[in-house]
Amino acid sequence: MPNQLYFEDISEGQEVTTLTQHCDSQRLVYWAAGSGDFYQIHYDKDFAQRTGLPDRIVHGALKHALLGRMLHEWAGDEGRVKRVACQYRGMDMVEKDVICKGIVTGKRSQDGENLVDVEVWTETPEGQKTTPGTATVSLPSRS
Amino acid sequence: MAQPKARPEPAEGASVITDKMRAQIGVESEPLTFEVDKTACRMFARAVGYTDPIYFDEEQARSNGYRSIPAPVGFLGHPVYNPNAPQRLGGYFRTDTPFKRILNGGTDIEYFDTICAGDVLTATSKLVDLSEREGRIGPMLITVTETTYRNRDGKVVARMRGTGIQY
Repeated sequence: MPNQLYFEDISEGQEVTTLTQHCDSQRLVYWAAGSGDFYQIHYDKDFAQRTGLPDRIVHGALKHALLGRMLHEWAGDEGRVKRVACQYRGMDMVEKDVICKGIVTGKRSQDGENLVDVEVWTETPEGQKTTPGTATVSLPSRS
Repeated sequence: MAQPKARPEPAEGASVITDKMRAQIGVESEPLTFEVDKTACRMFARAVGYTDPIYFDEEQARSNGYRSIPAPVGFLGHPVYNPNAPQRLGGYFRTDTPFKRILNGGTDIEYFDTICAGDVLTATSKLVDLSEREGRIGPMLITVTETTYRNRDGKVVARMRGTGIQY
């Protein structure tokens, strides 16, 4: 990936490049296969509705992984995602976009690593934050 | 489709957390093996929509400084599935509670080293917290489970805290 991000380029309040992923039913089946989570509320509409849900819902762990992908793509080839923590506060329904966002809350050097702390979240196309969290990325230094 | 077995509704105001459940806090599970394979890394990366070639092309991963295809964020290998030897981490007392349904409440994964295809991880898990809350969906039991992943050298490479919501 081009455009390596460096520790020196980072300042508090900086936005992480937004990632938008459409989550159709095929995406949720890919995720079931990739993650090993075969719970039917994510791909069987009848099953989901029998448990009281309006429809199939996006896996929480897929949203966690999408936040990880957003950070990986932002941090570039030499960056490393060190931690991603998030809470599944709201449901995201199938056939909609999951929009991943982040904003830098601080930077620090620790044990020889240049770490950037980020507030992360996913939101629905209507702007409802469904998955708030925090993350840490390590970046290379120019020096 | 089998209906979930009817269980008694929790009595209003009464705690569903029993002494037996509390006694589980801090008890380390038996170790479970997780394999990190190339194909599994690719499938996981595909599911998340990655296009970065390091997740698909081993040579590209090596030239970017990885030992092999790296595990994308959130992928900690698959447990070795064997229907003849059922075993899983967590869920120890699930049948002891009056709740019928479960939701994933949150995930926190911290990495201490890079995990790559070819790695075999040993994970142990323990319940670290139990709490109750009244939510929009009614009374909920919230469990926090911590799983520690070690590589073949015994080094801790990742720690996951998972929040479960039973309701």
